[in-house]
Amino acid sequence: MIVLKDVLALLKGELLTPGSPLEVAFPKIFASDLMSDVLTSAEPGSLLLTGLANPHVVCTCSVADLAAVVFVQGKRPGPDVIDQARLKSLPLIATKMPMFEACSLLALFFKDGPHGH
Amino acid sequence: MATEDVYRQEFPVKGGDFAKAGSVACRIKELLKDLGLDAKIIRRAAIAAYEAEMNVIMYAWQGRMDLAVSTQEVRITVDDKGPGIVDIELAMTEGYSTATPEMRELGFGAGMGLPNIKRNSDVFHIDSQTGQGTRLEIIILTNGHKP
Repeated sequence: MIVLKDVLALLKGELLTPGSPLEVAFPKIFASDLMSDVLTSAEPGSLLLTGLANPHVVCTCSVADLAAVVFVQGKRPGPDVIDQARLKSLPLIATKMPMFEACSLLALFFKDGPHGH
Repeated sequence: MATEDVYRQEFPVKGGDFAKAGSVACRIKELLKDLGLDAKIIRRAAIAAYEAEMNVIMYAWQGRMDLAVSTQEVRITVDDKGPGIVDIELAMTEGYSTATPEMRELGFGAGMGLPNIKRNSDVFHIDSQTGQGTRLEIIILTNGHKP
């Protein structure tokens, strides 16, 4: 389990949806640029890491009950996407980290906990 | 056994309208939530609806989605006018896709749509006429959970 504020700190992320609850917890993480894969395999409540920054990401997360999105590699969604996420209470984070590095850090956190770093 | 619908609504879907993609599935999800259905049932219906909606937008010229909810099931019927599917068995194969690069750039067209609709359905029927269109019937049983 990892909470939103830990994700922000770990990935040096920027919260694009100010006011999102920082203690929201994610039991699983799913990383993909393919929304087809998210719809097929991601578990409800998961945190999504993606390099895709179009409105379909928010819609996919809403339909499949994902709990938050991290846009990796400096990708930033447009204001329309951020507005849509706010309406659906979906926290969005942007990080400059590449996908592999972000996934590696999160995997270490899951393995060793917050004090393993 | 046929049961009386407690809710029914029809939604038009326009082929190629990527800007509105997902709007029908999101609306269906909200309606099912309002009807008080179980979260797992809603998720399965919303995912199946989203995949079906994307298929109409990506491949057909126009279509309509009909949502019918009874005390026993959620039924989504999708009718489109379009090129149809030449080989349904092949189209049902995971990973088989005729998507264009543009569709893939949007994060879709991985060849998982139809198999994922089937996976999320308790009953799934597909019928297609080449050059005319495709009809899907998606049924998700609610196990007596009354909306």
